[in-house]
Amino acid sequence: MFHNKYEGERLVRITRRSLFASCAALGLTACGGRIENRVTAASGSKADPNRKPAPNFTLKDASGKSVSLADYKGKVVLLNFWATWCGPCKIEIPWFVEFEQKYKDRGFSVVGVSMDDEGWDAVKPWLAKNQVNYRMLVGDDKVAQAYGGVESLPTTFVLDQDGRIVNQHVGLVSKSDYENEIHKLLENRT
Amino acid sequence: MKTRFTSCLRIAPDRAFVRGLILLPGILFALQAQTTLNSLSSVVTVVAPEKVIAKRGTTQDIQFTVQVKSGYHVNSNTPADEFLIPITFTFGSDAAVEITSITWPKPSLEKFEFSAKPVSVFQGDVKATAKLKPTASAQPGLTHVIGKLRYQACNDRMCLPPRTLEVRVPVEIRN
Repeated sequence: MFHNKYEGERLVRITRRSLFASCAALGLTACGGRIENRVTAASGSKADPNRKPAPNFTLKDASGKSVSLADYKGKVVLLNFWATWCGPCKIEIPWFVEFEQKYKDRGFSVVGVSMDDEGWDAVKPWLAKNQVNYRMLVGDDKVAQAYGGVESLPTTFVLDQDGRIVNQHVGLVSKSDYENEIHKLLENRT
Repeated sequence: MKTRFTSCLRIAPDRAFVRGLILLPGILFALQAQTTLNSLSSVVTVVAPEKVIAKRGTTQDIQFTVQVKSGYHVNSNTPADEFLIPITFTFGSDAAVEITSITWPKPSLEKFEFSAKPVSVFQGDVKATAKLKPTASAQPGLTHVIGKLRYQACNDRMCLPPRTLEVRVPVEIRN
């Protein structure tokens, strides 16, 4: 088949390179497809079996009082990053109001962190028009980075009584999913 | 071709091939990270004219297209909710030309899973027209002006932060 041994080996080398290139191209194609799916449908939930500690932060509430996440140790916390311009966030907020009312006496709290660039100038007018019964804070880049960048909103972390991250939800999640998680943590059936 | 492929499989891989295979996951990971960043930043792109000729003392229409990635939408220039961020296109105040007006297409009123009432949005290719006018201080010749498109994009389950996309537009000012 080959004219000589050298040519035969050269052809095999070329073939091997072609195969390598094809494998790489196939890998890239598969990889690209996966990325595309992840970006276009990036919403979802990620339970963390190792439960890393939620990074602590101190931010101001609407009255100017400093609030630390560490203040909530011993409670199940739903830490919700949102913004006044985020439509899906506004679907979840009434659920969180309901959860706060329903479970606050059982050791549960919601903490809202607004990521509006305009800070309280944007948040206060929104709060004036919408009844929110839980602690609302205004976030900054440092807090966002500590929580992985918070690129998409809403992003919500569910924390256990030891201040560890049990679950992270990116995008709109069903009310029952949240409520089931809260129930489990409050009943210590984790 | 089939024969060559078979031959290839029969021969033990050489060191370069093995090295390539070892490096492949790393290369793919790096490319994946890069592609992720590109994908996130390319939810919206703008196609602007290659060159604009603007005569002093007159206005010139230029058309540009805002391309919104499939599955996403941006708020229109007239969102119904006061807290939503409208799409805008501006030139810096030091630019050689100013925008006297922008005509956006008619937005669509879409009902999303998250919206109690329809939201005024743009999706897909959004063709807009801007009227440009050289400023009083503009000198004849070729200059580049930076257009700034500010937008805020969402899909039906989540939103991305508002972003400003800069578009470099070559403009030839003529007397």
